[in-house]
Amino acid sequence: MALLLSAFAAGLVFGLGLILSGMTDPAKVLAFLDLAGRWDPSLALVMGGAIAVGLVGFTIARPRSVSLLGSAMKLPTARHIDRRLVAGGLLFGAGWGLAGFCPGPALVAMVMGHSKALLFVAAMLVGMGLFEWIDRRRRT
Amino acid sequence: MTLDWNAFTPWTALAGGALIGLAATMFVLLNGRIAGISGVLGGLLPPARGDTAWRVVFLLGLFAAPWLWRAVTAWPPVTIDAGTSATVAAGLLVGFGTRLGSGCTSGHGVCGLSRLSPRSLVATLAFMAAGFVAVWVIRHLFAG
Repeated sequence: MALLLSAFAAGLVFGLGLILSGMTDPAKVLAFLDLAGRWDPSLALVMGGAIAVGLVGFTIARPRSVSLLGSAMKLPTARHIDRRLVAGGLLFGAGWGLAGFCPGPALVAMVMGHSKALLFVAAMLVGMGLFEWIDRRRRT
Repeated sequence: MTLDWNAFTPWTALAGGALIGLAATMFVLLNGRIAGISGVLGGLLPPARGDTAWRVVFLLGLFAAPWLWRAVTAWPPVTIDAGTSATVAAGLLVGFGTRLGSGCTSGHGVCGLSRLSPRSLVATLAFMAAGFVAVWVIRHLFAG
């Protein structure tokens, strides 16, 4: 129960951070990605603020074998840099630049009742499902 | 490049970023997991036994955020300029790409860089570069 409550709290704080930072406004995201236009550098500070706090958190977390609530640590173990990683990043970045939404902000904007955000999330789920389907077929 | 000082919001950007970092910190210290939104969501497709509840609850927390915000102040601006077909194409690219590349702005960009993961650094450079290029192509190459 404590684990679920903490997951809820983490999601809530995450969402508040997305809203406060301006990440949930695609126009602001695109103003950051538009280096050749009228550039709004705000999002670099979102990243900077998040990583400054995250560095502390992950430095404390790294040597631990169980979490503070006693669950197993599930940190990624993959270290390989391959074509999938780069291609996935490039495809994601292209979509991000096309509409100004990445997954978290799109979900939050959808809940705020924006129909385009709902459309984006629906397409995103189809894209995720498509990947799972192709990935599974390739393995079998 | 010209800096848009009117749109620049350094303090809310820093404070909002710090909250995102705090959420990632809470999640890894309390639950031992990475707060990557595409990973949390993608792990539900299809749902796996015993690995679903925390994902759903994390997302419910995320969904509760705008309502808590709304209880205090007005909805923040959400300006979506992309047309219907661009929105659909963007969603497909983001969904497929984040699963292929094992993460998005939160998983690789925030948590991965905070862990000093070289893999996440490469992913972050890739999606940032593609984002810059996509906006340049749309706004300056074709529209110019």
